[in-house]
Amino acid sequence: MGNIIREYRTVKEIAGPLMLVDDVEGVTYGELADIKLEDGSLRRGRVLEVHGRKAMVQVFEGTRGLSPQDVKVKFLAKGMELGMSIDMLGRVFDGSGRPIDDGPAIIPEKYLNVNGNQINPYARDYPNEFIQTGISTIDLLNTLVRGQKLPLFSGSGLPHSRIAAQIARQATVLKTGEKFAVVFAAMGITFEEAEFFIADFRKTGAIERSVLFINLADDPPIERLTLPRMALTTAEFLAFEKDMHVLVILTDITNYCEALREISAARKEVPGRRGYPGYLYTDLSTIYERAGRIKGKNGSITQIPVLTMPEDDKTHPIPDLTGYITEGQIIILRPLHTQGIYPPVDVLPSLSRLKDKGIGAGKTREDHSDVMNQLYAAYAQGKNARELAVVLGESALTEEDVLFVKFSDAFEDRFVRQGEYENRTIEESLRIGWELLGMLPPNLLKRVRDEFIERYYPKTS
Amino acid sequence: MDGMKGEVIKVSGPLVVARGLSGARMFEMVRVGELGLFGEIIEIKGEEYSIQTYEETEGIGPGQPVVRTGEPLSVELGPGLIRSIYDGIQRPLDVLAQDFGEYIVRGTQRPALDRSKKWDFVPLARVGDAVKGGDILGTVQESALVSHKIMVPPGKSGTVGKIGPVTGNVDTEVAVIQSPGGPFGVTMVQRWPVRDPRPTKRKVPPTETMTTGQRIIDMFFPITKGGTACVPGPFGSGKTVVQHQLAKWADAQIVVYVGCGERGNEMTDVLMEFPHLKDPETGEPLMERTVLIANTSNMPVAAREASVFTGIAIAEYFRDMGYSVALMADSTSRWAEAMREISGRLEEMPGEEGYPAYLGSRIAGFYERAGSVICIGSDDRRGAVSIIGAVSPPGGDLSEPVVQTTLRVVKVYWGLDDKLAFARHFPAINWLSSYSLYQDIVDADADEKIDRMWSVNRKRAMTILQKEAELDELVRLVGIDALSLEDRLLMQAARMIREDFLHQNAFDDRDTYTSLRKQFLLLNLILRYYDEIRTGLADGATLEALLKLNVLEDITRARLIPEEELERFGSIEGDIVNSIRALIW
Ligand SMILES: Nc1ncnc2c1ncn2[C@@H]1O[C@H](COP(=O)(O)OP(=O)(O)O)[C@@H](O)[C@H]1O
Ligand SMILES: Nc1ncnc2c1ncn2[C@@H]1O[C@H](COP(=O)(O)OP(=O)(O)O)[C@@H](O)[C@H]1O
Ligand SMILES: [Mg+2]
Ligand SMILES: [Mg+2]
Repeated sequence: MGNIIREYRTVKEIAGPLMLVDDVEGVTYGELADIKLEDGSLRRGRVLEVHGRKAMVQVFEGTRGLSPQDVKVKFLAKGMELGMSIDMLGRVFDGSGRPIDDGPAIIPEKYLNVNGNQINPYARDYPNEFIQTGISTIDLLNTLVRGQKLPLFSGSGLPHSRIAAQIARQATVLKTGEKFAVVFAAMGITFEEAEFFIADFRKTGAIERSVLFINLADDPPIERLTLPRMALTTAEFLAFEKDMHVLVILTDITNYCEALREISAARKEVPGRRGYPGYLYTDLSTIYERAGRIKGKNGSITQIPVLTMPEDDKTHPIPDLTGYITEGQIIILRPLHTQGIYPPVDVLPSLSRLKDKGIGAGKTREDHSDVMNQLYAAYAQGKNARELAVVLGESALTEEDVLFVKFSDAFEDRFVRQGEYENRTIEESLRIGWELLGMLPPNLLKRVRDEFIERYYPKTS
Repeated sequence: MDGMKGEVIKVSGPLVVARGLSGARMFEMVRVGELGLFGEIIEIKGEEYSIQTYEETEGIGPGQPVVRTGEPLSVELGPGLIRSIYDGIQRPLDVLAQDFGEYIVRGTQRPALDRSKKWDFVPLARVGDAVKGGDILGTVQESALVSHKIMVPPGKSGTVGKIGPVTGNVDTEVAVIQSPGGPFGVTMVQRWPVRDPRPTKRKVPPTETMTTGQRIIDMFFPITKGGTACVPGPFGSGKTVVQHQLAKWADAQIVVYVGCGERGNEMTDVLMEFPHLKDPETGEPLMERTVLIANTSNMPVAAREASVFTGIAIAEYFRDMGYSVALMADSTSRWAEAMREISGRLEEMPGEEGYPAYLGSRIAGFYERAGSVICIGSDDRRGAVSIIGAVSPPGGDLSEPVVQTTLRVVKVYWGLDDKLAFARHFPAINWLSSYSLYQDIVDADADEKIDRMWSVNRKRAMTILQKEAELDELVRLVGIDALSLEDRLLMQAARMIREDFLHQNAFDDRDTYTSLRKQFLLLNLILRYYDEIRTGLADGATLEALLKLNVLEDITRARLIPEEELERFGSIEGDIVNSIRALIW
């Protein structure tokens, strides 16, 4: 050990994003390294394994242009840290946490390890506060609550960015006088996509209360591994030390996972499904589980991770493992998009696991749960009947089936479909829901209590 | 001491390799590095000891110390377990939160059993009694629901030399036993190595029903006290809700809930909800019989591997007192993945899908620790541990190794189906593919205790559901008109069984729990309706009229009839008969 920081010129191997440094002393797992190139430029690395006097270092900016003879490596005796300040609001950073806008340097209030610590499950507070996103398919059917992690499962070419931006723009709670922030973490997305978000945040003024971390498609892939952790460390600082309610948008998780796969392959680890490492689940959980609320703290972290499912396949390891960790999923569906319906949310397989705690009298409205269950059931029945009609023709349908088919068409058209700038209150969403249920006779509404039918079922004039 | 302290030579994630520990044994606990991280020796190759650490290893490097503890991973067993929440290696999370804040700090430890808490020991044995391992020396009222038996530790015996009522913490000596090897004191706490099953006199077949209040389970796919079950299903299909429902409503005396590599908020949910839920039999809060183990997905994977053993050791300890214990593990797949990760780091030869070759024997070994047993001790009391394991197959694909090895050992299979979940039919247990090998035992029991028609009704209802599936095929091919009128009635009955009986909303206060008596009445009501409409049809009533009776609404809502008003079932039956008679006359 000791305090003298030595400089090593003993790089023995370079392979993919990894570098093997020999004859090291006092190096520890997870330690940060400075890698100096011949031209004086600097790269960052992190120790992935240390064995005797050999350290394996992962180079964030990639190993392109490195030569074992020329590089000098310094181990910094600390893990990956990021300086924190409230002044980060309104600023844009790269995947290494360096400002990339024209603003001044950040003067940190404190440094935090970006890997964070695990929240003690005992210290968690249950997320139960309704967030109104203004999108009916979310608010009424897949309710988002503060402190939840609710991903968008999408596919390439689908409007997930627009939906994420709409959520960021419209999300409110039915309460006033609280502080909000948005932390936006872009991993490997295109310049246009990033610009779309930034422009949208600017237009609405949201940029003032946002912190952006951006790694574009042509930026070093390995930085995508630390970028979400920096973003979440910032979110934790804002939420739990500055009492803010923070919405974190992580896009695109698929690019993150690919970077992880790259490292794993370079380390010659036994690959799991589709070449992703066996620990992908655990690794993703160290990102997603950083959402939540903590007892005795005012702030909260709500996560909207966005991922594009390869081939729209929900069983692909990335959406699959994500779904196993997150508290539900909003599924964006290609056929609805093709029909011109925005937002093309596939209602049936979408789910918010925390909805039950965030809805009902005093939170949204007394009939919320019943209406939700009934809309689901009726839409499912209508879709079934519609499929049947495709095989057997309309004539094979019973009277009741025909009614449900009509219902489900209207449901997609009037409930699912809404404007990109249309911000519906929960009452409006409920009203539309009841209008649609009005297409069905009350005796078919088995999931709705009589008292609510009496109170809310549309009266025909 | 020679070999008690070695040094780190390699760190790779949770795996640390050390040298200089000669004499250390497999599965001995060690403390690693300057922070004193907890770890366990899992491989010995010559001078090199591989250690799986239970905490993040950032900052650990070659040259740092590794200190032996001389003991395998063990749990503390005694009063104070109930209502606790532990991590995978039995660190008390509530105490850690109090002392170290909302994040888990590495290298911290607090005793699993609170030493500041005083218990009243009430002796049962008397001076001069000959006692042996498992014999009950006295009791401590641990919670409103649990009388904690203080037992002679397994393997010890002698004559009670001193015993009397005392009040004190768990370390207080409650008795002195004279034995040929000299006297020894017994306190209220035992230590036990978690990977070793606690001894029993012998196992006996699990013949007592464990009721769960979940209709599809109790009626169609029941489990017994001492039985084993698995709940596989893709994400969102309802595994955790099934586990929570069982933890709430199963008629076990003790519940050990292991959150193994799953969500933090799900543990919070239990912690917040259980103190407010009342045990249907005693009216006491459910937390009064519950022990929680929480090693969530983001917590270190080696501790996740250990969590399942920590849980089962605690369960066995309560079983030894003569209790029926139910252990839920959500999810065993995460446990298997933890084994896979460690195995990979050890560079073991991988078996199927990268899982270690010993996956099957570990899973089987775990479920074998369930069972109905004659406990050690002189009174031949019976105890039981049931295990209910969730399985989370990638992509919902049931052919993967964890599901397949689990199915080879468990006796009950509740297969969750995402199609049912999408249609919000919960619990989404597929009634055609699920099974219980305890069915006959439970049938006999329920026929005697609930109603002699129990098993007859159950078989009839299942036949209707199977027939429905066949007819459904037909309808999909040629349309509903192809069905005979009788078949249309059967479809109606099947639909009612699905929607009004099998479907059960866990989040509705009235629906979340149904007694066996009410389950019987509800199914019986639907079958009665089916019988009556068949007679009605034969007597000339029209199909339309029979399928649109007003009384149908009453049947639909019958599952919400409070347990205290079960006589209402009789009057609905009366209404069925009358309204059909009215159609004919
Ligand atoms: N018995 C039930 N009653 C009502 N809702 C249920 C029931 N079972 C499951 N659900 C719904 O399904 C969601 C997912 O269930 P969960 O048990 O968390 O799934 P899994 O553990 O299989 O991923 C729950 O959040 C809840 O909304
Ligand atoms: N999980 C399952 N287990 C057994 N049979 C099933 C299951 N899911 C569907 N079925 C069969 O498919 C039919 C259609 O199911 P479903 O679509 O849920 O009913 P509904 O048409 O009333 O919405 C059922 O009548 C049943 O026979
Ligand atoms: Mg679950
Ligand atoms: Mg059907």
